Amino acid sequence: MVMATIKTRRDRPEAANKLVSYFLHHLQSLVSSLGKIYKAPTTTIMTVAVIGITLSLPSGFYLFLKNIEAMSGDLSSSTQISLYLDLNINDADALKLSETLANQETIQETEFISRDSALQSFRNSSGFGQSIDTLSSNPLPHTIIVFPKSSSNRFEIKNLLNSLQLLPEVKIAKLDTEWLERLFTILEIAKRAVGIITLLFAFAVLLIIGNTIRLDIQNRYQEIIVTKLIGATNAFIRRPFLYSGLWYGLFGGIISWLIVELGYLAISGPLERLNQLYQSELHIVTFSFQDFIILLTSSALLGLIGSWIAVAKHLSQIEPK
Amino acid sequence: MIEFKNVTKRYEGGFEALRNVNMQLGEGEMAFLTGHSGAGKSTLLKIIALIEKPTRGQALLNRINLKTVSKHKVPYIRRNIGIIFQDHQLLFDRTVFDNVALPLIIQGFRYQEIAKRTRAALDKVGLLRKEKAMPITLSGGEQQRVGIARAVVHKPMLLLADEPTGNLDPTLSREIMQIFIDFHQVGVSVLVASHDLNLIDELQKPVLTLSEGQMTHNDLLPIAAYES
Repeated sequence: MVMATIKTRRDRPEAANKLVSYFLHHLQSLVSSLGKIYKAPTTTIMTVAVIGITLSLPSGFYLFLKNIEAMSGDLSSSTQISLYLDLNINDADALKLSETLANQETIQETEFISRDSALQSFRNSSGFGQSIDTLSSNPLPHTIIVFPKSSSNRFEIKNLLNSLQLLPEVKIAKLDTEWLERLFTILEIAKRAVGIITLLFAFAVLLIIGNTIRLDIQNRYQEIIVTKLIGATNAFIRRPFLYSGLWYGLFGGIISWLIVELGYLAISGPLERLNQLYQSELHIVTFSFQDFIILLTSSALLGLIGSWIAVAKHLSQIEPK
Repeated sequence: MIEFKNVTKRYEGGFEALRNVNMQLGEGEMAFLTGHSGAGKSTLLKIIALIEKPTRGQALLNRINLKTVSKHKVPYIRRNIGIIFQDHQLLFDRTVFDNVALPLIIQGFRYQEIAKRTRAALDKVGLLRKEKAMPITLSGGEQQRVGIARAVVHKPMLLLADEPTGNLDPTLSREIMQIFIDFHQVGVSVLVASHDLNLIDELQKPVLTLSEGQMTHNDLLPIAAYES
């Protein structure tokens, strides 16, 4: 009843106009908070740089992991299976088996190592030449090294291994996957570590932005008092600070993206050389467009949340006296 | 418009700024509030502007009990009041136009409307040509007139002024007071706190006098007269 006498007073803006001007004010706050940031370049650059550096650590680690993963995927497809044949298989049969296997669909190629050449290379490389000569017969079996199709995944390789194991000529089929399993476990640990680092640094960004906004609120103490006295709601006063936080986060995200991209540019030379040394055709993976969008969205969101916390804590304490 | 019934204000520490104050300012009325410094003038204005709450008694603005108003309604009630400060409280980081337009921006007016009303308010205080100036480049009297333009731009029902001529010479003070009388003549309720007794005598408006927190002189009609 009482409020009605106030609200129906002459010359208040109409409801439809109010909605339009509400959005206009949001837009205006968005732009004017950008203007305020632009007017105080030193503070802004420092804040944004700190946020950028902070965010570049987790995003750099993320990219590093992404590359290791791509590399390990490549390694798993270059796996080889060693078939140790029964000792009573003769040279001709063994060679024939090797050729048959090479024609299989799941196999890229095979390499045949006869018992004699195996013994020969063992004698040359092991240094046990004389003791080997005392043996009455060659203890080494024929060996066929099977290279699976490069497109096969870990599951298909396991299947191939099982089917090879079942061949009557094959005594032992061995896939050296232990080191791969280890690598994957290490990768899993690294992933979790990156997760923890990301959480910690996200928290740090919240604190940085919260502190910046807190100082901003203190600097504009007088303005807040005056606007409150002439009837500004808390939402109205809050808005420009929230948008400032959003901008800080967004620009910090862009800076961190630049830092990581430049970092990769700096180490890409030696990385290429390493690639050549391993004779692999690995390509260095950088941020995809999706990664880029996720990075910017989450940094902007962090900015918004950080400023929201600061605003909620400090704005209500400022009342006209 | 304003109604005080036995209003007492005691600050933390026990100091009583107002004691059993009774008064009533009707719609469209104008009065001066006088008294030595520390007599409670500012406290009385602060209660009306919802900056302080009364400790005891009833303070009403447009029949709204100012003691029990919820926090989120405070801004909307303040929009019915125009407040003028002794130190005018302008924002020095923006132009005269932007200072005066602030109440309209807060209330969500469209830009065309804001521009029209802001210029009208500046015209009324004789500062239309200074709209693009920064407040720091204006004289004390001009700054106070910008403060008045900001207080009236949204056409409030009530104007409160706390020592609006405190820092000005007699000629400028008279000009400022004349602006208040002009608003009173178009139907706005006006309450001006001032200790400039000579000027108040000259203007022949009702006077309220506070002394050590008590109302010792009241030219306005007693509350009973309105109720009958």
